[in-house]
Amino acid sequence: MVSQKRDAAIVGTYEYPKRKAPGVTPLQIKAECAARALEDAGLSWKDVDGLYDAQDGAGMSGLSLSEYFGFKPNVIDTTAVGGSSYEFHAAHARRDLATGRCRVALLTYGSTAHSDARAIGTAGVGSVGAPSPIGNMQDPWGMTLVSNYAMVASRHMYQYGTTSEQLARIAVATRAHAMRNPQAVQAMTDLLYENIRETTVADVVSSRIIADPLHLLDCCMVSDGGGAVVIAAADVVRDTRKPPVWIIGAGEAAKYSENGSDITVSAGAQSAPRAFGEAGVRPDEIDVAMIYDSFTITVMVMLEDLGFCKKGEGGAFVEGERLRFDSPLKPALNTDGGGLSSNHPGMRGIFLLLEATRQLRGESTSQRPGARLAVAHGNGGMLATSHTGGTIILARD
Amino acid sequence: MPRPQPRFPEPDTQPFWDATRDHRLLYQVDRTTGQVVFFPRRHSPYTGTTDLEWRESRGEGTVYAFSVVRLNRHPAFAQLGPYAVAYVDLDEGFRILTNVVGVADPTTDVQIGLRVRVQWEDQESGVSLPLFVPA
Repeated sequence: MVSQKRDAAIVGTYEYPKRKAPGVTPLQIKAECAARALEDAGLSWKDVDGLYDAQDGAGMSGLSLSEYFGFKPNVIDTTAVGGSSYEFHAAHARRDLATGRCRVALLTYGSTAHSDARAIGTAGVGSVGAPSPIGNMQDPWGMTLVSNYAMVASRHMYQYGTTSEQLARIAVATRAHAMRNPQAVQAMTDLLYENIRETTVADVVSSRIIADPLHLLDCCMVSDGGGAVVIAAADVVRDTRKPPVWIIGAGEAAKYSENGSDITVSAGAQSAPRAFGEAGVRPDEIDVAMIYDSFTITVMVMLEDLGFCKKGEGGAFVEGERLRFDSPLKPALNTDGGGLSSNHPGMRGIFLLLEATRQLRGESTSQRPGARLAVAHGNGGMLATSHTGGTIILARD
Repeated sequence: MPRPQPRFPEPDTQPFWDATRDHRLLYQVDRTTGQVVFFPRRHSPYTGTTDLEWRESRGEGTVYAFSVVRLNRHPAFAQLGPYAVAYVDLDEGFRILTNVVGVADPTTDVQIGLRVRVQWEDQESGVSLPLFVPA
């Protein structure tokens, strides 16, 4: 491993503990998480001079959000690319911290998707907002979000012989991690999951089909929730409370279905090589992979695109118990219980950074012994039609 | 309740949808490179040029990917029973999102690689939806 530039580190984190939070607003969740993450870092409210936001709190602009929080930021970045926004924010914060544009960057997320009873996966798309060319070509067909990702699964199975049983391995490993995480168990309890226990491949493939070939247990939950991440410049890091988790590589990309394109290849195939190249590490050196698990197929595609195995070999890669935290093989996957079994309020990207940080601090409920390197890969938008990918490589001292 | 309809004013896709009223399936070609452009736009996504030509497809193609939707809470689709959403690759080289219909059981009768042809479903709004049936 080459020595990386260490300009910016995650120094404070907080995950909102509830997944069912009636009576609070996304903005209140964001503010509460901000305060707790700053406390975790040993920093204060007035130290924040960089504000990064996906406009998830009532669609507030960077201006209004500054006012609501009470910050006077030198940097306002409102990049909103769905669930991957927080990986994009971490990349931008690192750049801004490295060049001295700000010293303490704050990322926050809050959502009450569950309490609002949003049918994110199964409501179909369309006919909201202004007319758009993309909307006009997609709205009439009844393509739900689940069926969008399922089309990628159908193609992956067709091209590579991937099976539902192989996809199920991802759900099984993630549930095993969730059962070790009290917040995840509480989440599944509050969201009325049936049979809250470790699952088997048979459980997953015998759960009902939502959109062929994806079953109920291939799909993430819709929860409330939120979190915050504080990222600081190197000179600030010296005075923070916890060991720093350095951002050593970052990549961003967008991908969309084009005439003749291969939908089994995601934006990660563009963002990940850049991030790994910058970090000077190889995928096989990564101890923990936090990969956006909106669906099992999302993880399968990203494992390949991040370079853990070749394209089309994801099915064989996930066989057996290899994704578990206590497997002798790298990497451990989604050790917090993931979006499948712990926390998915609509945009999961921030939780990838939170759990990767826990792992590199040695604080996870499914701790990979001696974890030194982690990757957080966020996916935003719709995998089959158009989406973004953001890759962040993290390292402890 | 009808399906969600294309909405206007939307100048990029207006000529495409206008042609559906006559059951004509249009696509575009970037005249500077010969590349096929779809979805419809005023500019070419390959070069930025607005030198595009409209052409009419024969409406024959192959299923590239699909999913059978078992659960959709949208009122227009909730009562349909399972239906297939698919990408179809037209023989002229463009990929369209659509539904594959005209099969006895979409959960077993739609496959990747299936040859299909367009079948129009006229809408009360005046446009017609290009659905696909086995060729």
